[in-house]
Amino acid sequence: MTLLEPTSEPEVVAHVAAARQDRRTLSLRGGGTQVGLGRPVAADVILSCRALTGITLHEPAELVIAAWAGTPVAEVEAALASTGQILPFEPVDLRPLYGTAGAPTLGGVVAGNWSGPRRIQAGAARDHLIGVRFVNGRGEAIKSGGRVMKNVTGLDLVKLQCGAQGTLGVLTEVTFKVLPRPESTLTLAFAGLDDRRAVALLTAALGSPYEVSGAAHLPPGVEGAGARTLLRLEGFAASIAYRADQLATLLHRYGGPAMIEGDAAAALWAAVRDGRLLAEPRDRAVWRISVPPTQGPTLVDALRGRLAFAHLYDWGGGLIWLATAVERDAGATAIRDALALIGGHATLLRAPDAVRTRVPVFQPLAAPLAAVVARVKASLDPDLILNRGFMVAEG
Amino acid sequence: MSAIAFPQPDPGILARRAAILSGLAELVPPECLVTSEDERRAFETDGLTAYRRLPMAVVLPRSTAEVSAVLRFCHDVGVKVVPRGAGTSLCGGAIPQEDAVVLGVAKLNKILEVDYGNRVARVEAGVTNLSITAAVCGDDFFYAPDPSSQLACTIAGNIAMNSGGAHCLKYGVTTNNVLGVRMVLVDGTVVDIGGPHLDAGGLDLLGLVVGSEGQLGVVTEATVRILRLAEGARPVLFGFPSVDQAGATVAAIIGAGIIPVAIEYMDRLAIEICENFAQAGYPLDVEAMLIIEVEGSEAEIEAQLARIVAIARQHGVATVKESRSAMETAAIWKGRKSAFGATGRIADYICMDGTIPTGRLPEVLQRIDALCAEHGLRAANVFHAGDGNLHPLVLYNINDPVEQEKAEHVGNEILKLCVAVGGCLTGEHGVGIEKRDLMVFQFGPQDLAQQMRVRAAFDPHWLLNPAKVFPLEGRAAA
Repeated sequence: MTLLEPTSEPEVVAHVAAARQDRRTLSLRGGGTQVGLGRPVAADVILSCRALTGITLHEPAELVIAAWAGTPVAEVEAALASTGQILPFEPVDLRPLYGTAGAPTLGGVVAGNWSGPRRIQAGAARDHLIGVRFVNGRGEAIKSGGRVMKNVTGLDLVKLQCGAQGTLGVLTEVTFKVLPRPESTLTLAFAGLDDRRAVALLTAALGSPYEVSGAAHLPPGVEGAGARTLLRLEGFAASIAYRADQLATLLHRYGGPAMIEGDAAAALWAAVRDGRLLAEPRDRAVWRISVPPTQGPTLVDALRGRLAFAHLYDWGGGLIWLATAVERDAGATAIRDALALIGGHATLLRAPDAVRTRVPVFQPLAAPLAAVVARVKASLDPDLILNRGFMVAEG
Repeated sequence: MSAIAFPQPDPGILARRAAILSGLAELVPPECLVTSEDERRAFETDGLTAYRRLPMAVVLPRSTAEVSAVLRFCHDVGVKVVPRGAGTSLCGGAIPQEDAVVLGVAKLNKILEVDYGNRVARVEAGVTNLSITAAVCGDDFFYAPDPSSQLACTIAGNIAMNSGGAHCLKYGVTTNNVLGVRMVLVDGTVVDIGGPHLDAGGLDLLGLVVGSEGQLGVVTEATVRILRLAEGARPVLFGFPSVDQAGATVAAIIGAGIIPVAIEYMDRLAIEICENFAQAGYPLDVEAMLIIEVEGSEAEIEAQLARIVAIARQHGVATVKESRSAMETAAIWKGRKSAFGATGRIADYICMDGTIPTGRLPEVLQRIDALCAEHGLRAANVFHAGDGNLHPLVLYNINDPVEQEKAEHVGNEILKLCVAVGGCLTGEHGVGIEKRDLMVFQFGPQDLAQQMRVRAAFDPHWLLNPAKVFPLEGRAAA
C-alpha cells in the first residue's frame, strides 16, 4: 500500500485532490498508535500526518497552544510544562491497549476525542479544542474556530471534527485552550467496596463542593487483589489538604481512605486513563462504554451470567472499560441489549479484524440520525474517500 | 436607512397566506396560533430592535409532537420557519421575515426531571436559563452558563447561540454544559442526540447543533449538566488608574496559575452608567475596573484573594473593595449584569461582541476609542477580560438615521479589528443578521461554502431561519 507523508498543508491538499481525481481511498494516520481501532478499512493509500509537525502558537498568558496535527503529544506537553501548563483533558495514550509503538499525535487525540479521568471536572478534548484546520474530501483547506476561547462565529465544525475519526477531513492544525498545572495533587483510595457502594461513594464525592478531578473504581483483581475506589483532588496545596479532610468526613461510612501522592498516584491515573489495567491478556476484546454514571453498576450487573469479563469504572461510574473474550460477537449483543434499557453507547476498541468486521464497532444509530450522519459525511467528503467505512459501512 | 438587507418575500407564499394559516389551525388549538396583526407585532423583532419584520403567523406549540407537525406542514408547503425562544437575541437571530412562520417554544416550559446522582436536569427548551438554577439551588446545585439576560432568555435560545456569561472562565459556555437534545428536523422527524452520559457515541452532532442559530432543527428538550455550588463565593472590585494596568493584572493572575470564576472589565463610562443604576459601590475615580470573583471555603477564598490582591498591587491598583455580604455581592453583579439595560436608559446603543487575544487588549481599546472619536460617538466598554470577549456599547440616537449609520459603521469596524488582531466576530451573542455580512472578513469562500454544505445536510431547501448567519450572496455556490 502506498504511504504518503506530507510535510505541509498544501501537500495534504495536493494528495487529497489527486486521490479524489483518481478515485482512490485514503486511510488516515498520525503516529500509528491507534492501528486496530475502527472497522477494518481496505484503503488504496495511507496518508500519514506524522511529518506535519511543529508548534505554531504558544501564548502562555492567553492559555492557548496550536500545533500541526502530526506533532507528538509529548512535544506539546513538554512545551506546556515549561510554562507550568497542561492539556486539561488528559489525552489517552492507546499504545498499551494496541501494543503499538510510535508517538501519539495531537491530531490523533482530536480524531478520537480521547479524554481521560479529568473529563468529569475539566471537560473532554472537544471542550478544549478551539480551532482546527483540515482538508476536506474535495481537497480544500478549511478553517473553523480560531485561537480565542469564546467564539460562536458560524457553525462549529471544530467540535464536529473532534471524534470524527478522520472521516470528515484530514486534520492539519489544531488549537487548544489549556490550563495551569495544578500546584498540588492528592488521591484518596478507599478499600474493599463492591461496585454499587463504590459508585455511590463516587456520586457523593462528585455531588460535593470539593471539585474532585478523578473518580474511578477498580474492582478486585484489576489492580491488586482488593477493590480500590479512587478520588483525586488537584489545586493549591492548602486547598487540597482542606478538601481531603472534608471528603474523608463526608465519606466516613465507606471507611478511612489511604492517601496516594507523587509518582505512584500519577502512574495509577495514567493506567486508568489508558485502559492499561485491562490491556493484558492481549487476546481479549476491550470495550469503552459510556452510561449515566449511577447506571454503571446496573449495566455491569446485566452482563453477569451472560459474559465472562473484567471491568473498571472511570468518570464516576459513567465510563466502563470492559474486557471480554473475543469469541462470537465479543459480547456486543449482551452489552448493547443492556444499553438499550439504560441509555448510553459502547465502542469496541480492540478485537480481531474479523470481529470488527462482523460487529458494529461504534454504537449503531437510530435510522433518522444515521441518515443525518451520512448527509453530513457527504457534505464534507462527497466521494467518500477519507477513512471510508471506518465508523459505519459505506459505499 | 437600514444597512442590513432582508431577502424579498416570496409573493407565491404571501398569496397563499390564508391557506397556510388554516393548515396551521388544524395542527394546534387557537390559543397557540397568533394571526392578528396587533398580536404578531409582539414578535416582529428581538433584542436588535432597530430591525423589524412582521411574520405571516406565529405558532406556539405545547409539545414536541406539535412542533413536529408544524415543521412537517411548513416543509411540505415550502414555508420558511424562524424559531424563537424569548426573543432576547442581540444580533437579530430571531427577527422574522414576512413570508415566514415564527415557531416559538415559550409554551414548552417545564422542567421534566432533576437527577442529582447523575448531575443532570432534563428540561423543555422554553424554560428560562435562570429557572433551572432556581429549581435546583435549594439543594445547592446550579446551571452554570449565566448570560446577562438569564431571567428571560430560554435554553432553546442559549443552545442556538451557544450563550456564555460572566462565569464561563471556569465553567465553560453552553456547549460545555449541554449533554443531550431532542430536536425536530426540518421535515418533522424527531431525533435524540446525546443524553445523560458524558460523550458522543459517533459524530459529535451535539457540538454542531449548539451554536447553529436555529438553522439545523428546532430543539424541544435538553439534558443539561447541573453542578454543585461552591461553599462560598466572593467578588472583589479593583479600580485602576489606567487600562494598561488592568490588562496587565489580568495577564499576571492567569500567568500565576490562578483561574478565578470570573474576571469582568468595565471602563470609566460603563462604571458610571452602571453605578448610577445599581448603586453597587463601584469606584468612580478610576479609568478601569475589574470584578474578580473567587470561590471555595472561607479560608480558600482568603488565600486566593491574598494572591490576587498582591498581583494587583504590583500593577498599581488604586482601589480594592471586597464584598462583605450577600447583599453587596448581589449589588456588584446586578451592576454588571444590568450594563446593557442601564446603558439603554441613557442612549440607544449597538452592543458588539467580538473576542480578541487578551494580549491585544490595551491596543484594541485605544483603537475602539479612536474609531468612536473619529465619528463623534462614544462607547462604553464592558467585557469578560479573562477570555477576551469584548462588549463595546456604541452609543447613538436611534431617531437620527445618519447617526445610526455611523454607529453601525463603527460597530462593523470594531469587529473587523477584532478579526484582524486574531480574534473573531462574536464570542457569545451569535451572528444572526447583524454580523452576517461580516462573515467574509473572518472566513474565506471555501470555509463558508463548507459550513453552508453542512447546513444543507440538515435543511436542503434553506427553510429554517434562512436569512441569518451566511451572507445572502454566494449561497448558490454551496
